[in-house]
Amino acid sequence: MSPTEPSKAATSALLGALRSMAVRWGLGVGLVALWQVLAMRAGSIFFPPPTEIAKRAVELWLSGPPSRLFLSDGVFQDILPSLLRLLAGWSLAVACGIALGTAIGRSRRISELLDPSLQFLRAIPGPALVPVFILLLGTESTMRIALIAFGSIWPVLLNTIEGTRTVDPVQLDTAASFRLPRGALLWRIVLPAAMPKIFAGMRISLALAVILMVVSELVASTNGIGYRIQNAQIMFLLTDMWCGIVLLAVIGYTLNRLFLTIEDRALNWHRGARGRSAA
Amino acid sequence: MLSVAELAYSYSSEKPVLANVTFAVVAGEIVSIVGPSGCGKTTLLKILAGLLRPIKGDVRFQGEIVRGVPAGLAMVFQEYSRSLLPWTTVTGNVELPLRYKKLDRPARARLVSDSLEAVGLSGFGQYYPWQLSGGMQQRVAIARALAYQPKLLLMDEPFASVDAQTRADLEDLVAAVRDRFGITIVFITHDIDEAVYLSDRVVVLSTSPTTVIDVITTELPRPRDQIATKALPTFVEKRSAIARLIRRRNADSLQHPAPRE
Repeated sequence: MSPTEPSKAATSALLGALRSMAVRWGLGVGLVALWQVLAMRAGSIFFPPPTEIAKRAVELWLSGPPSRLFLSDGVFQDILPSLLRLLAGWSLAVACGIALGTAIGRSRRISELLDPSLQFLRAIPGPALVPVFILLLGTESTMRIALIAFGSIWPVLLNTIEGTRTVDPVQLDTAASFRLPRGALLWRIVLPAAMPKIFAGMRISLALAVILMVVSELVASTNGIGYRIQNAQIMFLLTDMWCGIVLLAVIGYTLNRLFLTIEDRALNWHRGARGRSAA
Repeated sequence: MLSVAELAYSYSSEKPVLANVTFAVVAGEIVSIVGPSGCGKTTLLKILAGLLRPIKGDVRFQGEIVRGVPAGLAMVFQEYSRSLLPWTTVTGNVELPLRYKKLDRPARARLVSDSLEAVGLSGFGQYYPWQLSGGMQQRVAIARALAYQPKLLLMDEPFASVDAQTRADLEDLVAAVRDRFGITIVFITHDIDEAVYLSDRVVVLSTSPTTVIDVITTELPRPRDQIATKALPTFVEKRSAIARLIRRRNADSLQHPAPRE
């Protein structure tokens, strides 16, 4: 074997990585470039070019003092409250969805009792409930958190029901044969076994929660990303409006990546076990 | 130790699986249960373990009628890959049943390492079950049962899905474990050689609806040896006797087909 061979292999591996990155990012970069060119040609105030949007975004959110990591007031007045409501609503949805879903998945009686009502409630589009929630909970954060929770609970709930209902009977027999107490059965067998499905539900719920966060801020609000977008549109600050929209895309993308990283770690065993049985 | 009297079971009203099963197991014995496939061996074992309730008859474990899984009993399942929990390590799997016994931490850790050592898996505690071969996974399941310190160990065709050499090793492991821990073992298998080789007595079942055809005492010396024991005239004689029993009943039931499980 000549000494150049390993470096050749390394070079081709690097080329391969570059090529796959080019495929992954190429289309996105190309589209932004196309948008830039078309927007500059058109010169329409409705469609500012991406460079304009980026410049304005820095002014809006990243022109604060160094002591605050350059974050502007806008971050603390709008982005942070939005994100906090999003996380509160989603966490509430996840907690209630897992608790209720486990009860339904593990008990036929509870399932028969609740299933028809849940199927009915699930059919109601979340945004349609905004007026009701305003009447019941006012126009403060509570209302918006409740709306996010109500609208995003369904994927977690349904996946938890499915996951806890379909635990491998051999695992249940194993637990029974070692006389595991009920609590241990739940925490050490049922919930871990259902975790892959629960995580899948949580991820869909997270995407829904972002949508509901925006919807909740379009009505009777005084701050938040959704409020800023609507306000900018009314005031004809169209670049500001685009900034908000791009920001939402960035938030949605980042949250999803973050969640995937956590899921990857938590379900490492699942990938390993599945890879083995498929081989 | 364990006595089974006139046991009957059916999953639906028209198809009885077990018709009338009666036998007893003495403390310290290894008893195999053999029978044609579909005769309800697994059903029988689940009833012995208290996982299923019989519709007729009863099971007594240490003199007490079994209602629900009794203490002092452990089970090794055929489907080791499904019986071991994939989300926790070998140590986690072996330790799990011990968490709910009155044991302090050092005692628990000692039981885990002793039983892993007994099955030849010292040093594999941090692996996940799915990183191990089939034979090793079944060893983990055996270690989990041993750490639980049962008086009676029920094994449901534990070596049906491992290769021949691994199977021979695991058979000898079961014998060694019985000698070392003094556990009584009830072993279900469809392999007549395995039943005779391992057991003190073999319970031979008919096709479904199942009854006990005969209970054969193997009369083989211990310790047993995969080659020497299987060459003994007694071994050959016993295994032929059991094979004939099963074949004759099978032929009868083909003329008068019985509903299968």
